[in-house]
Amino acid sequence: YNDVMCCVNLLSAWDFFSWATHRIERGAKDNNHLLYKPYSNGDGSNRDLDHASEFEMSDIFYFCRQGVESIMDDEVTKRFSAEELESWNLLTRSNYNFQHISLRLTVLWGLGVVIRYGFLLPLRVTLAFTGVGLLVVLTSIIGFLPNGRMKNFLSEQVHLMCYRICVRALTAIITYHDSENKPKNGGICVANHTSPIDVIILASDGCYAMVGQIHGGLMGVIQKSMVKACPHIWFERSEVKDRHLVAKRLSDHVEDKTKLPILIFPEGTCINNTSVMMFKKGSFEIGSTVYPVAIKYDPRFGDAFWNSSQFGMVNYLLRMMSSWAIVCSVWYLPPMTREEGEDAVQFANRVKAAIARQGGLVDLLWDGGLKRGKVKDTFKEEQQKLYSKMLVGTQEDRSRS
Amino acid sequence: MGSRASTLLREEEIEEIKKETGFSHSQITRLYSRFTSLDKGENGTLSREDFQRIPELAINPLGDRIINAFFPEGEDQVNFRGFMRTLAHFRPIEDNEKNKDPTASEPLNSRTNKLLFAFQLYDLDRDDKISRDELLQVLRMMVGVNISDEQLGSIADRTIQEADQNGDNSISFNEFIKVGNLQHIYVWAGDHYLILTYILLSVLQDCLCSSV
Repeated sequence: YNDVMCCVNLLSAWDFFSWATHRIERGAKDNNHLLYKPYSNGDGSNRDLDHASEFEMSDIFYFCRQGVESIMDDEVTKRFSAEELESWNLLTRSNYNFQHISLRLTVLWGLGVVIRYGFLLPLRVTLAFTGVGLLVVLTSIIGFLPNGRMKNFLSEQVHLMCYRICVRALTAIITYHDSENKPKNGGICVANHTSPIDVIILASDGCYAMVGQIHGGLMGVIQKSMVKACPHIWFERSEVKDRHLVAKRLSDHVEDKTKLPILIFPEGTCINNTSVMMFKKGSFEIGSTVYPVAIKYDPRFGDAFWNSSQFGMVNYLLRMMSSWAIVCSVWYLPPMTREEGEDAVQFANRVKAAIARQGGLVDLLWDGGLKRGKVKDTFKEEQQKLYSKMLVGTQEDRSRS
Repeated sequence: MGSRASTLLREEEIEEIKKETGFSHSQITRLYSRFTSLDKGENGTLSREDFQRIPELAINPLGDRIINAFFPEGEDQVNFRGFMRTLAHFRPIEDNEKNKDPTASEPLNSRTNKLLFAFQLYDLDRDDKISRDELLQVLRMMVGVNISDEQLGSIADRTIQEADQNGDNSISFNEFIKVGNLQHIYVWAGDHYLILTYILLSVLQDCLCSSV
């Protein structure tokens, strides 16, 4: 299925140019033009390929087809809702198109509900409270110690232990691959983002400095106590908009080699783990080593995607804890650095492609921000420009002859 | 333990839609789940904003015209029947359909109806004529700011000149269907599109139907 999607991506990009070529050839045939002249120009250029066609009423069909295709199925909107499963996993929440089959299945489902809600959920909730509570208490205690190796060591141990308890609380079965590539101090770890659980999964295997906005409530309490034990980077809401401030704090952090690697999710929002969307270039401008990590969840045991417009955090965590399990694979990819002549955007795309390839995800250029915002007009203007170029060539042609 | 999507769409409705549009059962259920996923308001109809939310459609220069084609005159909401009826125009013409009952009404995806769809994209005020103004407006949508008014005007004039037969300086539907290059709609609106959507729909069909 993913292969088909990749093909569709490629095809639509290729589409315009193959259609345009076809039009040019047809136009040339209609007008008896010699389209592909031999290299008669001194500089050997293929300038004559720029012979465009004149406008035809059938041109409308190209745009029409693109439009209707995107209405029937498009690449972007489906990334913001949970992935559809091939076969049902006995969770009502994953039930989209499956029909009632038999009484036996219903009984199985009922049994599943009893097990999940009666046994697994209470157990997990207890564990979760234990884990979070210990984290807050212990990190606050460690905060009283003087800065030094002892403090760092203890802080690491406390963080790891508490995150591991949380992992148990979710019954997350995680397979780590290529641990020799684990991020080191002074680097930036980037990963694809599916849910807040990503943080717990990565942080239970290594220590990171988190980056994020300060929240109120329980999250805020956790954040404040964590930062007592080791330096995380929390921003006030107002500071988040200031890109220079953000970049400065990040680069200050990476320059200090005693500090832990930063964990960043460049997509900026949760995507449903079938694709990787545009990486924001901010973290790639800093110039330190980037350690890409690919996280792929197996949706059959429980879909980890957090659809924040559908349910809030608490509701989401309850759903996670009442699924069968969270099964995922984590791949630590070899570190990458920005090459000569490569700008931040190209570097970001290179890293994104590596993560997508490893995780078996579709690599998309679309911005995850489209979940909430409108698409920029510049893309439409691009298409208009391309089409105009095809027509305008005719005018130049006329003036030449 | 029914499913969300198809319990809301009854079997009789699916049969009716099948007869009207020619889509198969699985295609209809597939498109119904697409319809419901676009319907953020969950009221069984789509508004223009629901279409605009599709980024690939929002960046299409003729996006607004295409969206408009789904909405009947003066209405702001389209239900699933209307949605399917419009999409049916893009179903490719199958050979065995050509030999069907000649007294039955013309199928939605006939050549004439496909051309009518294209004609209506140009005909902004739905008066069954494409005036110079309308042609200019649609051209302007396709080219943006990259071509001057004069150049665009001369393109429009030439196009009308070539197509207009009764000298009223506008293109009626009969004149439209005689325009030579519209023969090519099959290459681009028919086959290519057919391959793409059939791959998508059949792969998805297989995935969904093969289990449970």
